[in-house]
Formats: sequence, C-alpha cells, structure tokens
Amino acid sequence: MKKKTSIKELELRANMIRKSVIQMLAEAKSGHTAGSLGMADIFTALYGTFLHYNPKKPTADDRDYLILSCGHICPVLYATLSSSGFFPEKELLTLRKLGSRLQGHPERNCIPGIETTSGPLGQGISQAAGIALGLRLDKKKNKVVCITSDGEHQEGQVWEAALFIAHQKLDIINIIDRNYIQIGGNTEDSVALGSLKEKYDSFGWNTLEIDGNKMEEIVEGLTKAFQSKGPVAIIANTVPGKGVSFMEHDASWHGRAPNPEQAKEALNELTKIEEGLKK
Amino acid sequence: MKLNPLLKLAESLEGLPSDATRSGYGRGVIEAGKNKQVVVLSADLTESCKVDAFQKKYPDRFFLLGVAEQNMMGVAAGLSFTGKIPFVNSFAAFNPGRNFDQLRVSVVMSDANVKVYGGHAGVTVGEDGATHQMLVDLALTRSLPGLIVVIPSDAEEARKATLAIAQKEGPCYLRGGRLKVPTLTTKETPFELGKAEIFVEGTDVTIAACGVLVYEAVLAAQELEKQGISAEVINVHTLQPLDSAALVNSVKKTGCIVTAEEHQINGGLGSAVGEVLSEQHPVPLIRIGMKGFGQSGSGGELLAESGLKAINIVKTVEKLVKKVKS
Repeated sequence: MKKKTSIKELELRANMIRKSVIQMLAEAKSGHTAGSLGMADIFTALYGTFLHYNPKKPTADDRDYLILSCGHICPVLYATLSSSGFFPEKELLTLRKLGSRLQGHPERNCIPGIETTSGPLGQGISQAAGIALGLRLDKKKNKVVCITSDGEHQEGQVWEAALFIAHQKLDIINIIDRNYIQIGGNTEDSVALGSLKEKYDSFGWNTLEIDGNKMEEIVEGLTKAFQSKGPVAIIANTVPGKGVSFMEHDASWHGRAPNPEQAKEALNELTKIEEGLKK
Repeated sequence: MKLNPLLKLAESLEGLPSDATRSGYGRGVIEAGKNKQVVVLSADLTESCKVDAFQKKYPDRFFLLGVAEQNMMGVAAGLSFTGKIPFVNSFAAFNPGRNFDQLRVSVVMSDANVKVYGGHAGVTVGEDGATHQMLVDLALTRSLPGLIVVIPSDAEEARKATLAIAQKEGPCYLRGGRLKVPTLTTKETPFELGKAEIFVEGTDVTIAACGVLVYEAVLAAQELEKQGISAEVINVHTLQPLDSAALVNSVKKTGCIVTAEEHQINGGLGSAVGEVLSEQHPVPLIRIGMKGFGQSGSGGELLAESGLKAINIVKTVEKLVKKVKS
C-alpha cells in the first residue's frame, strides 16, 4: 500500500467520481453508465491507496500499470485520473466530442494515464500479460492491474490469456467486474458465466471474491492481492448503476446515458449520499 | 535478357540454389536477436516458422503461446509497451487471419512495435489444402493504415527484410512461404523498405510482382525477349507503403502493366497498383492472381493449376501488348 487514506475519505471520493461520471455522460449524451458507476469504489481505492504513479510523469519507468480491458467503462477511469491530477477536471465534459482527448473508448496515450487502447473486449488482459512479461524480463517490480468485465468473459481471448498468465505465473491482478449485466440483459440469460471463482481457481489463479461496493472489503482484498505473487483474480461483485436508485441492477443502463432530468435526479441522490457520509 | 547489374543479383538464372523465404526469415530473426530487446512468440508452429533456432539460442527470450493467436498478438503488444521488439509467429491463415482484430486494435491502432510473421502463406503451402492456404492476408494487412507490409521474393531477401523490420520502429507484417524457390538476390543486393527494385529493365510492358511470382516474372521476361517483347520486371517487396513513384515511372516508359501475386486477385498487389496508377498515370492493366480458394497438391502443381507460372505471365503480356499496340 502506497498511501494511507481513510475508508470514509475513499467513500467520499468515490461518490464524487460518480457525480463526475453522471455529469460527463449527460453532457456526452451517450456512453456506458451502469458499469462506470458500479466500479467507482474500486477505481477510487486503486488510485487513492494502492497504485504507484506520478501524474506529472505519467509514463515514468517505476509506475504501476492499470490496464482497462473493458474500455466501455472509461468514464470512471477518466474521472479518476482527472481527480488524481493527470489532467484538468474541466476536460471531462469533452467526453466523446469531436477533437476531444477523451475518446468514447480509450486510446493508448490519448490522454496522460491511459496505457492501452481498449473497447473490443478481451484484448486488455493479453496486453496486461505482455506488460507483466516484459517487466519480468527487465527484472522490474511494477504492479500490473487489469480490469475486465464479466460479460467480457464470453470472449475466448480472455481464457487464452488466463491460461497463459497462469502457465507463466505472471504477477497480474485481474479485477473482474461481476455485475451480472451486459448490453442485452443479464449475463446468465445470454451465455451463462456461472462461477467465475471456480473457473479461475481451476485455471490455477489465486482467486478472491469481494463486495466491490464495500470499501473495507475492497481495501482488504487489494491489500492481499498487492502482497501476492503470481496471478490473482478478484471477483468483484458490484451493483451496476450503484448510487442511483433508478439505475441500479437495470441492464438498460449498460450502454445508455442519462438525459438532463435523469442526470439532475441522479446528482440529487448522490448529493444525499455525500451528506450522509459527511455526518 | 540481362538482370539489372546495379542490384548485384545472381549472375545467371541457371543452377540457382533454392530455399524457402521462411528459412531466410529464421536466419534474419537470429541476427536480429543480437539486439536483446528482440523477443519471439510462437503459437505452436515454432519449427514451421523457422524460429526454432532462435528458441535454442535465446531460450530466455522465446515464449510458447500455445494454439492461441489472439492472445499472442495482445501479449506482443504489451511486451512492446515495455520496450521489447516482439516477433509473433504462426501461419498467415491464423496470424493475421485468426487475430486480425488484435492486430487492428492492440497493435496497429496502438502503434505497437510488433513484428507479425505470417508463414506458410499462399497456395504454395501445398498439400495442407485450402484452409491453410492464406490468400487474403495482403488485403487484410494493407487495409490497416501505418502497417508496413513486406513480401520477400526469396530467402536472402527475407533475411534482409527481417532485419529491416526489426530496426524499423512501428508495426510490420512479413509474409513468408514454405516452398523452396530459386534465390535470385545476393548478399550484396540492396534492400530498403518501401523501395521497389527493377530486376529487369524493359520498354514494352511492366510486370510488377511480389513473393514467389518475382522469379516467375523474370523467367517470363526471358521468354518474352525471344518474341521481341521487352518486359520490365519490378519486385514490389513492400506492398505498404507502396513505391508508387517506381511504378509510375515504369509505366510512363512502357505504357501498360501486368501484376502477378500469389493472393486473391482482389485486394492485394494488383489492386494496390491499380489504385495508384488510375489516380496518377492510368494505363491498361491486367492482374494475375488467385480466383477462388485452392486445394491439396504440391506447391509447384498448385502454382501451375492456379495460372501463376511464367507461362501464364507470358500469355497475359502477349495479349496485353497486342491490345495496346492495335
């Protein structure tokens, strides 16, 4: 762990990230809301406590690597990077607009802190494997954290990579956003993923399961993972649309942005949560 | 007929040694391996792609990826982000046939310094049959902006091309073959990415060829000379970026062109040449290439069956020259 930040402080920050996500998506009028909100706690913990980085030197040799494989939830990554000092906050409102550095799906080096191009699912975990292998060849100790989604695990490439990473015993933390939704509905109604824990266990990974919206569990799980050797899968059970009552668990918010009224209502709800946290 | 003396090609077409471009590639990879940043990845076709020698010499920089070409391409991209120069190896049917999207997104769009070897390309892979005869890789790869696409014509050129792409920063695709073909180039023959070479100078017709069809084109020029037709043969070893100046200058002199490649007739060399010339200097053009999928047979038999031999080039040129002159 690099920095000591209190659980309450992290929760407050995550709530601010959620507010930014709503504002960005409402302004952009398109984008992926549910997963971005659901993963705000984990991104906040990673950048607030665990990852080693210098926003002034985003490509420094000693940085840890955060590889977002499920690129469609980039609003939460952009908002977290901005709040961590990588680029000005006002730029967040340019998301998805012509000429913006904040592309609809992230592109390598499009903006400081973005390591890889992603969106076509399954590709990030392989890239993370390559980065971990390259670091090992150079005897470097930088951490490599990959974020994948559950629906993404319907892609065969993820399992090719999972086999390879286990075979090579690469030091990778794969955080799987298990929110049970994909664009067409519930993951288990599409092509059921079943127990991702059992699958990763059988592939030879060290596997943890956490509530991805409970900051204590996130911090505890990431602490274990960052101290581990070899591949670690963290199945993070998250609530899609977390924090906004009318979005939670509703798959229709996977790939949809709020209209101005919905955004207002969502921000009101998040403000109430913020007030509750400050009490 | 005389081979271009400036290129220091073989002195005679008689008794040339034969070798496969894959073997030249394998030698090139070993030489490139002197640079410790070079790493080699193989999707279970190590010996077929001739990178087994690299595996023996540099075991710490060689990785088996299993039969998993999509992951291999992504791993290569990741390795390149840490400063490595990865060569990814499989048959062209799978690499880039199977992992085209990983090539598009993880490598080319990301400007990753990855070298893709598509081996056993074309109909000349032979007996394995149509599934393994990759005939659309050039169409796929040249559709990606910024990807360098190289098709060596013989083993020695393949060796040089391999060294050249290892030194060139950015994504590159190199097409290799299994069939042993006469080695026309020598150690002294110059090789520069993006620079087409005039192997035979002529005035009546241009023959632009790549890969194993370059030797056939030279044989065709020899035969055509006997009939009083002076053919200029250009080895277009780099399909992207295409040496359009060399092609335009040649057809300004000859007034017509035939293209020849071991690839579907649409989307490869013939298409690329047609696009450039129709914009810059339109002349009559006939494309020689595959029309449909292949079948089992020996590489040589399949070239003949597919109309990809010198005799086919000769007949096509005769038809074209007759039409242009009438």
